[in-house]
Amino acid sequence: MKISLEDLPYIATGAAFLGTGGGGDPYIGRMLATSAIEEFGSPELVGVESLADDANVYTIAMLGAPTVLVEKGACGDDIDLALARLQEYTGRRADAVIPIEIGGVNSLVPVMAAARTGLPLVDADGMGRAFPEIQMVTYNVHGVSCTPLVVTDEHLNSLVVNTGSAKRAEDLVRVCAVEMGCSVMLSSYLMTGRQVKDSAVTGTMTLALEIGRAIAAGRKAGDPVAALLSALRATPYYNHCKVIFDGKVSDLQRDTRGGFSVGLCDLVALDGSEASLQLTFQNEHLVARQGDVVRAIVPDLICVVDRETAEPIPVEGLKYGQRVKVLGVSAPPILRTPAALQVFGPAAFGLDDIFQPIESL
Amino acid sequence: MRIGVDVGGTNTDAVLVDGLRVVASCKQPTTEDVSSGIEAALRTVLRTAAVGAEAVTSVMIGTTHFTNAFVARQALLPVGILRVALPAARGIPPLVDWPRDIRQAIGGPSFQVRGGVQYDGRVNAELDEDAVREAAGHFRNAGIQTVAISSLFSPISADMELRAADIVRSEMGAEVSITLSHTIGRIGLLERENATIMNASLARLSREVVRSFGEAMRALKLDAPFFISQNDGTLMSADFVERYPVLTFASGPTNSMRGAARLGGHETAMVADIGGTTTDFGWLAGGFPRESSVSVDVGGVRTNFRMPDIYALGLGGGSRIVEQAGDIAIGPGSVGYRLLDEALVFGGSTLTATDIAVAAGYAEIGDRDRVAHLDPALVERCVARMHDMVAAGVDRMKTSAEPVPLILVGGGAVLINREIPGTSEVIVPEHAGVANAIGASIAQIGGETDRVFSYEQSGRDAALATARAEACERAVAAGARPDSIKVIDLEELPLAYVPGNAVRVKVKVAGDLAIGS
Repeated sequence: MKISLEDLPYIATGAAFLGTGGGGDPYIGRMLATSAIEEFGSPELVGVESLADDANVYTIAMLGAPTVLVEKGACGDDIDLALARLQEYTGRRADAVIPIEIGGVNSLVPVMAAARTGLPLVDADGMGRAFPEIQMVTYNVHGVSCTPLVVTDEHLNSLVVNTGSAKRAEDLVRVCAVEMGCSVMLSSYLMTGRQVKDSAVTGTMTLALEIGRAIAAGRKAGDPVAALLSALRATPYYNHCKVIFDGKVSDLQRDTRGGFSVGLCDLVALDGSEASLQLTFQNEHLVARQGDVVRAIVPDLICVVDRETAEPIPVEGLKYGQRVKVLGVSAPPILRTPAALQVFGPAAFGLDDIFQPIESL
Repeated sequence: MRIGVDVGGTNTDAVLVDGLRVVASCKQPTTEDVSSGIEAALRTVLRTAAVGAEAVTSVMIGTTHFTNAFVARQALLPVGILRVALPAARGIPPLVDWPRDIRQAIGGPSFQVRGGVQYDGRVNAELDEDAVREAAGHFRNAGIQTVAISSLFSPISADMELRAADIVRSEMGAEVSITLSHTIGRIGLLERENATIMNASLARLSREVVRSFGEAMRALKLDAPFFISQNDGTLMSADFVERYPVLTFASGPTNSMRGAARLGGHETAMVADIGGTTTDFGWLAGGFPRESSVSVDVGGVRTNFRMPDIYALGLGGGSRIVEQAGDIAIGPGSVGYRLLDEALVFGGSTLTATDIAVAAGYAEIGDRDRVAHLDPALVERCVARMHDMVAAGVDRMKTSAEPVPLILVGGGAVLINREIPGTSEVIVPEHAGVANAIGASIAQIGGETDRVFSYEQSGRDAALATARAEACERAVAAGARPDSIKVIDLEELPLAYVPGNAVRVKVKVAGDLAIGS
């Protein structure tokens, strides 16, 4: 199928939901994709099964501070350059592009790239949600090398990075990004079609689109949260989902540590009971606790939405008094394997809890 | 004595105030030329109070005229658009998200040129002065009279916008009207640029309206200075409004809330303006409304204006009441201005919230006999529900769990006569019908800083002190009395992903107007 201009607002809403509080404002991504589609036409979205095993698939993403992103946006030819330089360096011609991350702004940057280059866009990603660092992807878990990677900026400076581990690549790129103005483009994790089939979370672009459509249809019909839940239940991976709390924000503590927005958000119930919930976040929500009891924990998705409209609320948009529903959603099985949990399970974020799937809580 | 005026779409209200006392007030229809409506309102309050024009020390005007013009796409000029950000941000050209009709109405020639700074103030690209000159030449040839200039991270450093404006003026002549984005918006290039273009499009209308305000004053021999209130409840001088009309876009709700707070005797309070269809809740801290943190659409265009954070709930005097499946629903449907025809107490056939308040015995409107047949149990359930709705609105807008005073204004205030949980008291003040004009009359002079500091470099205390000093400096420059200036808002926003403990600090101060006697 083609991704049309009309699809973009839905994808943006779905991507904000899958961002689980982080991932950057998809509005900018939507504007980038809009201007690219207006100029170059709609890109083709293809399923992983249509990729040849020896196809060359390139990821494309933006990395940096969301607050800088809203000022600088992206250029388009910085994206082209990242892809071109990596192809030049590896000598492998791109057959398709694929997102690293479906949550937040990075869902739509690849749409822009596909529209500009004419390459097909693969309906899959490496997180099935949003995570804060580039080693936190299923591609890495499955042994795809993060490097060589290319970083570009709006001046069309480009850097090729080669290093031994994805975590080391993250550390190096983060430093470069600051010097390059805190908002850069990144192409990395060059894969074969076979590797994509083995390591990607599939169908997630369609999923974002469907989530956005379900919320919009639910608003017309009267109960957007219910519409959202029934759309998720119809999916193969995100089907264990529930409202884990219905309440209002009663306290909020935020801090910046190591370049991340970390903090706690307390909620109290609206039904007059004494029930409360505490969310711990590091850019994205990591764990939801009711007293000592874990109600949902990373990598399962913890999503905060407006209780009337189901509009996803990012961490930076949380305010005292907001009435919200907190949803817990099962992460796809590929995110829950022991190897995956080492990379983006609770311990990777410094939490002492062990992972417990949402359906067992 | 001061006069506060509110020029709304329907009515022009005026109040004459002596210190805290309302001496006289009146309502007049708004006229198409604006000025004769204002003149009539001013004349009426002066006559009612039997006061001469010389006793008036200042006149404060609030108006929704510019908002209405933009939303209706009326009297707008085509704008020359200049973005100084290349090589950055070129992936999203100006006007990309604008509705087609308004894009056609005001989108003139548009140019992107090199220039701008980084988030920390470092130069990202030197200003391409030749390209600016070339763009200005195109504007001149296209007959453009008003130009919008936005440069990358100009809230951090405005130097390049200022330099570009100098060049444009020297190419196009001194009479060209120029709007610079750093004077209007915050970080977020697209929204700031949008607001800048909107402002530029209103250049001719703002000149005409400000002139007509002046004419009304002169006709009455009022030679006191006049000011116009802006979105955050502070004042602008007339020539400032002429240059920045968009800053009045949300002054209507702001004046209403501030006026209500003054009438209710509280600086920090919740205000609920209950109209015919909706109730607007707003939170005032230190006499000023809390600002919205999300982007606000005006006429379909996304902006990042300083707008008050208003929560609207579908409860008003005209709200329809429907009984279905053993449950009741109040609103959001409303008979609106047809209340006088359709409500039961006025002989109509629609059960409205007003009918319930009358049937419950605490409102005296229309004919009580016409609601005598209503089931008392139903009436009680509806009364309880209306109070629950207001309580929920109050709770949603509160900033802490502490009980707060609630001030009710608007014609629908009669719907409420019981205690509201979460409030310390419920106040329905006198003169609530002219709260907007009262709000205009008590507006203050403001100043603001919004930029990024590195706490690791300077330390938090020093950074906050610098930010406060900058805001005070701006307030004084705008005409505030230095000894009266107070910080009314301080917000720290850590920048995620940026090391060095970079924090965006927003400080707003306000002080009394410095005017002779």
